[in-house]
Amino acid sequence: MPARAEAIVIGGSAGALDALQTILPSLPRGFALPIVVVLHMLPGRPSGLASVLGGNSALSVKEAEDKEAMSAGTVYLASPGYHLLVEKDRHFALSVDEPVHFSRPSIDVLFESAADAFGKELVGVLLSGANEDGARGLFDIRQAGGVTIVQAPQTAAAPPMPEAALRLGAAAHVLGLVAIGELLRALAGGHFPPGSAVEKVSG
Amino acid sequence: MDAQVTPTPFADVELAHFLDALFERYHYDFRRYAGASLKRRVASALVHFGEDELPTFERRVLEDPAAFAELLRFLTVQVSDLFRDPPYFRAVRERVVPVLATYPSLKIWVAGCATGEEAYSLAILLAEEGLLARTQIYATDIHPESLRTAAAGVYALERFARFSENYLQAGGRASLSDYYTADYSAAVLDGSLRKAILFADHSLATDSVFAEMQFISCRNVLIYFDRDLQNHALGVLESSLCRRGFLGLGLKESLRFTTHANAFREFAPDERLYQRL
Repeated sequence: MPARAEAIVIGGSAGALDALQTILPSLPRGFALPIVVVLHMLPGRPSGLASVLGGNSALSVKEAEDKEAMSAGTVYLASPGYHLLVEKDRHFALSVDEPVHFSRPSIDVLFESAADAFGKELVGVLLSGANEDGARGLFDIRQAGGVTIVQAPQTAAAPPMPEAALRLGAAAHVLGLVAIGELLRALAGGHFPPGSAVEKVSG
Repeated sequence: MDAQVTPTPFADVELAHFLDALFERYHYDFRRYAGASLKRRVASALVHFGEDELPTFERRVLEDPAAFAELLRFLTVQVSDLFRDPPYFRAVRERVVPVLATYPSLKIWVAGCATGEEAYSLAILLAEEGLLARTQIYATDIHPESLRTAAAGVYALERFARFSENYLQAGGRASLSDYYTADYSAAVLDGSLRKAILFADHSLATDSVFAEMQFISCRNVLIYFDRDLQNHALGVLESSLCRRGFLGLGLKESLRFTTHANAFREFAPDERLYQRL
């Protein structure tokens, strides 16, 4: 029996903004979990992402700040140019360490630290994207006993990121966007549907 | 790809033991650094050194100061740019400099200067505003190799296209090329800038106040500390500032979650410039 989920982490790059604009509006006000998002964005551009995503969502959307505690029902975005990590005491930490997979923020960095902090109480979601960042981190979440969800590659604008996760055996659930929203609502309500379990954890 | 997949190679208790041992042996204190990124850095050091297990690596580092010196690079080094985050330097120029100009002499501290880019950026800015001649800049770090790089003032030429772009966005009044001499692959910053900066070893974790400053710039340093160490370091910074002195932080850092928020007012909130009350 899995532990109750305490947080959701989501990563993606090309095509993931559109995917989030399907998933986030499907989550109700008062959603029981914090959601932490890393999207690869062009560096150096002011990020209007919080207002774009917040405009369509019942949840409050903001950039995560260093040492900030997580609250349920809030969507936290990684700031451009900074890695976003989760500490064991479940506060955020930022870093300007070197990019991972040419990306800062990197999805792997968020996922690995969150897997370490939350163990099996974590839900990881990897969306559309054009590189392999996030696959390894999602695998770590699965190894730690968390629930892992990958956007079905045939529904992704850019399949390489979900495909990399499938190759690693990181996915417990492979779903389209509407089904991802449904599963997140179920997990927030304490329900754990059995995984579609196409992939077996290896290594 | 599967070969890269390894579980976290060490337990928290092994990491704590390792950090204790480093402090005992070498007096570098990483025990109150923010855990998540420190863990990543130690893990990548293990890969670099070809070690599988932290306890084995610990014995090697304790026996071999050269290995420790190499490890320090993984634990400390930050790469920065000249005029990184141009809006910060623009705000320093337009809002802080007019106040600094009222002092007969100035002490400015770049705390956690890494390889020196920020200290040189401030030196250039102060030169253009006519203040450099009466300013002593202190630039400190815990990493000896970074301090040597910083004091040399030599950077790869390929980085200067971005540096120049930053400089102009930061409100530079001339051309960045006025401040360096280049050969095929590297550029050396002007001697007048290097003379204005004293590079020195100082730890915000274990050392204390050494002078009274009008302005301290400490950017993207505190994010690597846990909350206790952040508060401790901010105590050192606060005690090092004169009344109405300025503190500049990284663009994603703030005093909000610290015990020192009430000692400062927000001076340029977006650029994270604070003024001591």
